[in-house]
Amino acid sequence: MNSLPRIRLEKRLDTPRWLGVATPVFSVLAALLVIAVIFGLLGVNPLVAYARIFTGAFGSLYGLSETVTKAIPLMLAGAGLAVAFRARVYNIGAEGQLLIGAVCATGVALFVPGVPDGLRLPAMFVAGALGGALWAMVPAVLKARLRIDEVLTSLMTVYIASELVNYLVYGPWKGLYESGFPYSDKFPPAAQIPRIGITRIHYPTLILALLAAVLAYFLVRRTRWGFEIRVTGENPEAARYAGMNYLRTAMLVMALSGALAGIAGVGEVAGIHYRLRYPQGISPGYGFTAIIVAWLARLNPLGVILTALLIGGLLVGGDAIQLAMGLPSATVYLFNGMILLFVLGGDLFTRYQIRIELPGRAVATPVRLEREEVG
Amino acid sequence: MPDMSVPAVEMRGIVKRFPGVLANDHVDLTVRAGEIHALLGENGAGKTTLMNILYGIYHPDEGEIFVKGQRAHIRSPRDAIRLGIGMVHQQFRLVPSHTVAENVVLGLPGNFFFPERAARERLQEFARRYGLHVDPDARIWQLSAGEQQRVEIIKALYRGADILILDEPTSMLTPREIEELMATVRRMADDGQTVIFITHKLDEVFAVSDRVTVLRQGKVVATLETARTDKRELARLMVGRDVLFRLEKRPVAIGPTVLEVQNLHVRSDRGLPAVRGVSFSLAAGEILGIAGVAGNGQRELAEALAGLRPVEKGRVLLNGEDVTNRPPRALVRRGVCYVPGERLVGTVPNLSVAENLILKTYDQAPVCRGIFLDSRAIASHADALIEQYAVATPSRETPLKLLSGGNIQRAILARETSGAPGLLIAAHPTSGLDVGATEYIRQVLLSQREKGTAVLLVSEDLEEILQLSDRVAVMYNGEIMGILPADRADLETIGMMMAGIHRTEPEVA
Amino acid sequence: MSIWAYIFSVLQAAIPAGTPLLYGTLGEVTAERSGVVNLGVEGMMIMGAVTAFGVAQATGNAFLAIAAAALVGGLLALIHAFASITLRVNQVVSGLALTMLGQGISGMMGKRFIGMPPRVQLKPVPIPGLSDLPVLGPLLFQHDLLVYIGLLMVPVLWFLFYRTRWGINLRSVGESPATADAMGVNVFQVRYLAVFFGGLMAGIGGAYLSIVYAPAWIEGMTAGIGWIVIALTIFAMWDPVRGLLGAYLFGSVRVLQYRLQGLGISPPLLNMLPFILTILVLMFSAGEAMRKRLGAPAALMQPYTREER
Repeated sequence: MNSLPRIRLEKRLDTPRWLGVATPVFSVLAALLVIAVIFGLLGVNPLVAYARIFTGAFGSLYGLSETVTKAIPLMLAGAGLAVAFRARVYNIGAEGQLLIGAVCATGVALFVPGVPDGLRLPAMFVAGALGGALWAMVPAVLKARLRIDEVLTSLMTVYIASELVNYLVYGPWKGLYESGFPYSDKFPPAAQIPRIGITRIHYPTLILALLAAVLAYFLVRRTRWGFEIRVTGENPEAARYAGMNYLRTAMLVMALSGALAGIAGVGEVAGIHYRLRYPQGISPGYGFTAIIVAWLARLNPLGVILTALLIGGLLVGGDAIQLAMGLPSATVYLFNGMILLFVLGGDLFTRYQIRIELPGRAVATPVRLEREEVG
Repeated sequence: MPDMSVPAVEMRGIVKRFPGVLANDHVDLTVRAGEIHALLGENGAGKTTLMNILYGIYHPDEGEIFVKGQRAHIRSPRDAIRLGIGMVHQQFRLVPSHTVAENVVLGLPGNFFFPERAARERLQEFARRYGLHVDPDARIWQLSAGEQQRVEIIKALYRGADILILDEPTSMLTPREIEELMATVRRMADDGQTVIFITHKLDEVFAVSDRVTVLRQGKVVATLETARTDKRELARLMVGRDVLFRLEKRPVAIGPTVLEVQNLHVRSDRGLPAVRGVSFSLAAGEILGIAGVAGNGQRELAEALAGLRPVEKGRVLLNGEDVTNRPPRALVRRGVCYVPGERLVGTVPNLSVAENLILKTYDQAPVCRGIFLDSRAIASHADALIEQYAVATPSRETPLKLLSGGNIQRAILARETSGAPGLLIAAHPTSGLDVGATEYIRQVLLSQREKGTAVLLVSEDLEEILQLSDRVAVMYNGEIMGILPADRADLETIGMMMAGIHRTEPEVA
Repeated sequence: MSIWAYIFSVLQAAIPAGTPLLYGTLGEVTAERSGVVNLGVEGMMIMGAVTAFGVAQATGNAFLAIAAAALVGGLLALIHAFASITLRVNQVVSGLALTMLGQGISGMMGKRFIGMPPRVQLKPVPIPGLSDLPVLGPLLFQHDLLVYIGLLMVPVLWFLFYRTRWGINLRSVGESPATADAMGVNVFQVRYLAVFFGGLMAGIGGAYLSIVYAPAWIEGMTAGIGWIVIALTIFAMWDPVRGLLGAYLFGSVRVLQYRLQGLGISPPLLNMLPFILTILVLMFSAGEAMRKRLGAPAALMQPYTREER
């Protein structure tokens, strides 16, 4: 038949514990290696670039503080996505939910009069979470009512949210004192999230993010809803057999991941920029990067804390080489895509054993047709 | 006409082992050219395995095959097709959204373009010669099961088959379609085609075959001229067997009626009537065995009673309360437990043993407090069940998929029976298990009976049914052919009822 | 300008505007027919765009540029093919990764092209005879070559799908790989080829953007077109002819998007249009699919393996 050697995958029965940790690490390393080759091909010295990335992200107190700052939205959105993906609900729209969170926070900060100063920030967080959750309901309801796959619809809502922000900052919410820039007015001090010292770490959001990751972990591990999420994601047939409601679970994880992404958006406008800006100015794709954060953590919300810091560092390092070596901002996407691809491929080693069959010895594997006669 | 003196197929000393099972045990089979040869046996007797070997899907561990007098090495269906062998499987291999013509030419070598005219002409020829009428432009999903089967037969003939294997060809057909199929098979045999007809139905053997070979537990019991035997002899040859071990069945006082099923109608996945007007009742402390060959509505009946399949018509009463079409959860709360035939349906292989053990009680105390799962309660629950049911597992945190089939089944039984169920529905609880696990599981069912559980046991294993049941109901074609007390149920009577012949009036318990 | 003349001018402009969508959709329809969803269209298109622009700048040869773009798209698609067909990873996430990869690499490659004036441009080639027809002539037959090739691909693909053995094999693999395998069709080969073809087409679609439709390199210039392609594939019910309709429909929206700006409607609101329309189209398709019992290829997103069936 075929004269080429054939790669065959055999399901692993047992996944050794070390493999679970080793594969993501090796996947990232392998991805970095391939990126280095691409850098080389594009005339960028990879060694210099990687050194810059590392020192930029982890080599100074400033770098470290920026790494933490960028990890905040990744942690929030990533924790929510880890839970959603666990249930096999593919919310790809975290970026849009984040932007809507930012819009809602801005609305409360600038346009809702009469909120006491002490309640201004809490109200913004609540509004952002609600906004993100509601925005996520668009794909969720379409999925529940019309069985439309959530991947595309959640993605479309990203573009719509992005244009909505554009509309606001170029139009009705354009600041009176911001001539020329697509910015809203600056938030009043009561609507600004406090930071640690001279850093940009808006620590209340950081606390929320850590809390979200821990709570998401407990939700998945220790509550009945989490049990439903895990069973539904692993074996929908068994979930039905146990009397679980798939659509309810899907709505729940959509709302949860939307709410957390919304909170991330609040943190960006109220903790970093103090104003609504054009969409790329608020988020350089945190909602998409969070997908990698979640996957790299093997969908474990606690692991998201670590991977968010790692990828946050990569973003800071990416910024550093952009400035120093004149690379475009899209460079970050190269890292994102390559790491995600390798993490996906690496997952395989935990699930399958790889056998390579040489042509001479290959035995045509029979197509199993019948089960009942075997018993 | 082919040379009638040389057998079309000769299989000698065929042995085929699967892990833990000897599917074919030194089988000899001779099929004469131009005859219709029935292959009779219960499910699991090894009929399909034998034919899959002839068709190149499986490879025999021992034995040799001769086709038309020549020694043949059949490594794949392609080899079989080249030798003129065609096979129509029970599950059709058709692309549902494609047309008949497209399905017929799929995979054939040939030039680039879709040979539409050639296909049409040959389809017309088959229609003329054998009565295989089917619209070449119809899409498969629009066709009835009988028409789809015709497409499968045409596919084999189109590839030049003159030895045609039909695997349980009537299992999905209506009576009218069965008649048409029989006529077609006859016409093909008159035309010189050799047909091997796999079946477990005695009527069909007599309706169509020239000779019959009976298989039991992987061995050939007899090969007979159909004209020189009768149903009684064949039924005895088909089901007679030795009992492997004896279980002690203590007398138990029958309690009040737990389950009452009235004129139940349920449809299959394909939307066809699968359960057609079934009525029975089941009391506490009683095991009612549902016997029958697979695919006669038992699965649909069990799923409907467990709340997993909608009831079309009729009523289900549980302790006097109407629970027809209530969701599974509501039934679970009322003490209904279900051990499904497909073990993977009732488990989550990647979750731990402990988590699988709470699959149905995860939202009830003591496992669940408010919204939280109590990990200590889960652990002690798991430890207790693992010990009580002797589930062999490295730890309660081990993923369930790493356990052996017997231990997975023990875990399922532990989960389902530990909460003092009122009604236990066990579907094929021992299928695919070794002797030790089988014996243990049967003992659990008996001890449930002693505790006053009403047990509905669905099984294709007659020995199991007779050993455990207090009463035996036989299902055929979606109906209950009769319900017998266990002491009046002998193999021969039940064998006849399973084949759809002998019909006694259902008695009321 | 009369209302008819206005509609005419919109339609005339819609054809080039819809051409990148058409190429992408025809490619994705083919890939999905074999059972593989490739969400990396956006990434393959943008790589096609930057490659075409770069090659055009270097060689001054438009056709070399288009060929290079197609090849790059195809190579990227092979990454997805390897991941999803051979390694059997999650197709959604793999496609997403491909898009990110494309955006990243194109951004780096294209940095030096930003602001460059284009060296080549594909000129309209009126088709003699046909272009003089009233109404239809200027509407259909006064465009550039890629528009004609795209149009021509529609009947060609239709014929391939429904009238050749190759098409039967392709569709069978997408509907019921186990059956196709049992009948001797090489499932893996068919899927690899279909996904590769999808990449070629996406690459050409991208090339059209950067050297014909808006000849320049702008980072992220595909701006979601690749995602609309995915939606159009569903709208098209995996049929090339309906894919053509969908592509030109979205082309018209794109044209209107610019025209309506002149009437003082906020550009961001207009920019939402294609995406809102995409969701509406998905809703419409879902309803229609339910009514007509049409559906996605039955084995879509399911990796095939012999052992497990």
